[in-house]
Amino acid sequence: MSDLHEPALSDEWELVVGLEVHVELATQTKLFCGCANEFSTEPNTNVCPTCLGLPGSLPVMNETAVEFAMRLGRALGCDVHPSVMARKNYFYPDMAKDFQTTQYDQPTNRDGELALADGTVVGIERAHIEEDAGKTTHVGGGGRINDATYSLVDYNRAGVPLVEIVSHPDIRTVEHAKAYVSELRNILLAIAVSDAKMEEGSMRVDANVSVRPVGSDELRTRCELKNINSIRSLGRAIEYEARRHVDLYESGEAPRQETRHWDEDGGRSTAGRSKEDADDYRYFQEPDLVPLAPTAEQVAEIDAAMPVLPAARRARLGALSSVADDVLVTVVERGQDMLALGAIEVGADPDKVLTRIQNDLAVDEWSSVNAETLAVLIQMESVGELSATQAKQVLADMAAGLHGGDPRAIAAFHGFEAMESDALEVLVDQLISDHPDEWTRFTGGDDSDRKKMQGFFTGQIMKATKGQADGRAVAELLGRKSK
Amino acid sequence: MSERITRNEVIHVARLARLSLTDTEIDEFTGQLGDILEHAADVEALDVGDIEPTSLPLPMTNVLRADVRRASLARDDFLTQAPASEAGQFRVPPILGEEP
Amino acid sequence: MSALGVAAAVRSGEVRAVDVVEEYLARIETRNGELNAFNLVMADEARAAAAAVDACVAAGDDPGPLAGVPVALKDNMCTQGIATTCSSKILEGWEPPYDATVVARLAAAGAVAVGKTNLDEFAMGSSTENSAFGPTRNPLDTDRVPGGSSGGSAAAVAADLAAISLGSDTGGSIRQPAAFCGVVGMKPTYGVVSRYGLIAFGSSLDQIGPFSTSVADSAAVLEVIGGHDPFDSTSIDAPAFDLRSVLGRGVDGMRIGILRELSGGTGSVDGISPDVQARAAAAAEALEAAGARVQEVSVPSATLGLSAYYLVAPAEASSNLSRFDGVRFGLRVDAPTTGEMMTATRTAGFGPEVKRRIMLGTYALSAGYYDAFYGKALKVRTLMLAEFASAYEQVDLLLTPTAPTTAFRLGERTADPMTMYVNDVCTIPSNLTGHPGISVPFGVGDDGMPVGIQLLGPALSEPTIYQAAAVLEASAPHPGGKEGR
Repeated sequence: MSDLHEPALSDEWELVVGLEVHVELATQTKLFCGCANEFSTEPNTNVCPTCLGLPGSLPVMNETAVEFAMRLGRALGCDVHPSVMARKNYFYPDMAKDFQTTQYDQPTNRDGELALADGTVVGIERAHIEEDAGKTTHVGGGGRINDATYSLVDYNRAGVPLVEIVSHPDIRTVEHAKAYVSELRNILLAIAVSDAKMEEGSMRVDANVSVRPVGSDELRTRCELKNINSIRSLGRAIEYEARRHVDLYESGEAPRQETRHWDEDGGRSTAGRSKEDADDYRYFQEPDLVPLAPTAEQVAEIDAAMPVLPAARRARLGALSSVADDVLVTVVERGQDMLALGAIEVGADPDKVLTRIQNDLAVDEWSSVNAETLAVLIQMESVGELSATQAKQVLADMAAGLHGGDPRAIAAFHGFEAMESDALEVLVDQLISDHPDEWTRFTGGDDSDRKKMQGFFTGQIMKATKGQADGRAVAELLGRKSK
Repeated sequence: MSERITRNEVIHVARLARLSLTDTEIDEFTGQLGDILEHAADVEALDVGDIEPTSLPLPMTNVLRADVRRASLARDDFLTQAPASEAGQFRVPPILGEEP
Repeated sequence: MSALGVAAAVRSGEVRAVDVVEEYLARIETRNGELNAFNLVMADEARAAAAAVDACVAAGDDPGPLAGVPVALKDNMCTQGIATTCSSKILEGWEPPYDATVVARLAAAGAVAVGKTNLDEFAMGSSTENSAFGPTRNPLDTDRVPGGSSGGSAAAVAADLAAISLGSDTGGSIRQPAAFCGVVGMKPTYGVVSRYGLIAFGSSLDQIGPFSTSVADSAAVLEVIGGHDPFDSTSIDAPAFDLRSVLGRGVDGMRIGILRELSGGTGSVDGISPDVQARAAAAAEALEAAGARVQEVSVPSATLGLSAYYLVAPAEASSNLSRFDGVRFGLRVDAPTTGEMMTATRTAGFGPEVKRRIMLGTYALSAGYYDAFYGKALKVRTLMLAEFASAYEQVDLLLTPTAPTTAFRLGERTADPMTMYVNDVCTIPSNLTGHPGISVPFGVGDDGMPVGIQLLGPALSEPTIYQAAAVLEASAPHPGGKEGR
């Protein structure tokens, strides 16, 4: 794991990143009409006069979309405000009305924050409600927009409810950017407002990237990067773009403010539309909708029903253990924190529980493992009844549901018993006398030799005991005998 | 003729509205729009600093509908009237890098 | 025959709906060529609907309060499977896949739609001369305009080509043509009648309302088409009006205000012709004679209405009309790229007045100008709401002429847009405030053409308005002069 506190670029240049994330809300129906909010392979079958923008059609707001949006805002620590919808006017074939109904100067959620696992806080400016556009497919010329011979438009996605989350430009490293997106996703899943899958488009990330001299607090020209389809791409895109800006400044030029397209295959960003003909969106309040005025009671209800969020879940475990942040992140992300807490509650060593879970429970199905049985397993290993290798095996079998998930039964089935210490010592002595040269190298050699020979002897012992010897006991014996 | 709106502004506005005008039309519209805006000068000159704008004459809020499905249109109800379509989709000429 | 008369006769079985419809279709056949009131005559559909009404009556079921009544629909209201064009080349031949709510409600009430009427393109105009399909002529004098934008609907009722019709009113587009054609035209409180299926012009201003030859018919139609619609977020959730029971109550003790700024007298906007002023004065006297108390009331911001309207309406329209881009429906003019196709389509498909307003609206919303124009106009609206509210503390209703003049001649005002816009000076304020208003014919001007008198009231005051309108109607001089029927 990289050091999150190091400037990403160099001693001279600092990275400044803000992220705009669009989240598809998991409602039953679209934002303004009763068409199904679900993926369909048949184009233009989840549409009606409203989402097709047919003349005479009108929008009616989805109450669950509003509730999900407020829930999302509160989960990000935002204040929920009375809000109005607005029209953002521009011509594009995927916009059925040639304007998007969104929120402009009076958004629902304002002034929140997202805390990363390492404690860094990224400010959130707003999280507003808007409708999605349809999908265009470019035919001919390799499917890229500039080479196409024609395009096709499908409005199934038009009108799907979105929340756009805009962060302040508080992100200073690529790792932070990636952690922001991961954590945001965890929160979205925890509050069940979206399935937030970047690969499927239910979470879309655009990055606003600029750089500045270290020590300065100015905000220089930024570029908006689009077409980022995974967290990994996000990292690559930010790194590339930041480097591009630095190179420009260092050669006496400057980046232009523009939207750029990230090309994952080519590993570079390319200029999008020129800003000379930049659209004036002519925002004004949507006259076909009335304002939203959430009550204090509604917000209180949302707060009361809020599940424990990932940060709090990590903190809960962090207070009881001393494992590294990434262990907590993984355990909580996989939803295995309640399991860990339960095992700790019945006396299992917290660090051991968490480490074992992180390392060996990265499986889809683990419902046969419960807090008690996990605690028993940890105990068995602690007292030396099982070696590390054996414990790993037992846990895998428990997850698979073998022998009712009972660690003792599984260990007995495998015939796992820790070797008696006397028998082990006899074996070690035998090996020492069988391999005197190796023993000399172990006791008298340099660090590299010692390491190699330790491995040799341990391997021999494991071979002879069919893996049943306890690794630590072996190491301890070898150490004792070498003095 | 009042210089309420310039020829260049008319050209700019026409482009924003996806309208293409002949030179004669540009001149005509510059004059006519100028006249209309001149008449609207009484609004422009008004001191309404403290007054809140009213977008809708109705004092209504929170008009919402339940998140319940309704029947969608059958595709043939509308796609048959599309100027061009293919494979169940609306077909348009190349879009050429205008993506906002 | 009045609409209510037709309905009563059909409901009782005395008359068959199919016979009524045949009579109206024959009149349409005779006169529409000259008047051009209809873009489309729905002969087959009308016959079928009438037959269904008769079958209903024969079966002893309730055919609805407007059973068999021939109704004409302004061609900016969606009729499923029937061409809806907004009198524009850009929508020529477009058949909506759904019905407007008002269309469905009329059909459910047993009314029989006989056709789609002509309008100024996209409802932008005051004379129906902006139609892409030729102007409509005033049935009372075919050299004159019927008013606009709902000129076709007004003419249809005036010429008895339909017993009732629907129009839409954004700045006066029902009331002014009603005045010009000598019929009753009513704009309800904003939100009373659903806009779902009405092709939008100015979303915060548009309302659908009835044309009729009598106040009672008007009330009957409003009772059918009004009421909450879950498909329209701006639709009021209020109890249905009971209008017909108030029609006979008279105006004893009612307080009527002459709106100073729209009276033609001192302190008024210019352009209200003396003969129209005289008719308005006579109307006020008639109400006074019937027991009302008449006084002058001032609403200074009413003079700002025209300017504010010509910023708000085009701004909303410029956005509402963006969807006409050649992609999904209507006209497409092909071009090498989508952007060029959209521009070519809109350039070829929209007429000059529509283009003018789109550009005006785009400008009023554009960066750098929003605050000075659109933003300010919205503040004028706030001011007007406050001042009208004060006025309505002093009076129950306001009285004004509906239009500054009688119907002018075709071609008389087409050269200069401003001369056309001033037609709406008396009607526009109530579109900005959302207040209801009715125009009732009250005599004729010096040229023998009808004069309409407007009654305005606060939001949801329709019962009071109809109560007073009935008295005006009863005391109106018999319409003499030019007769077109």
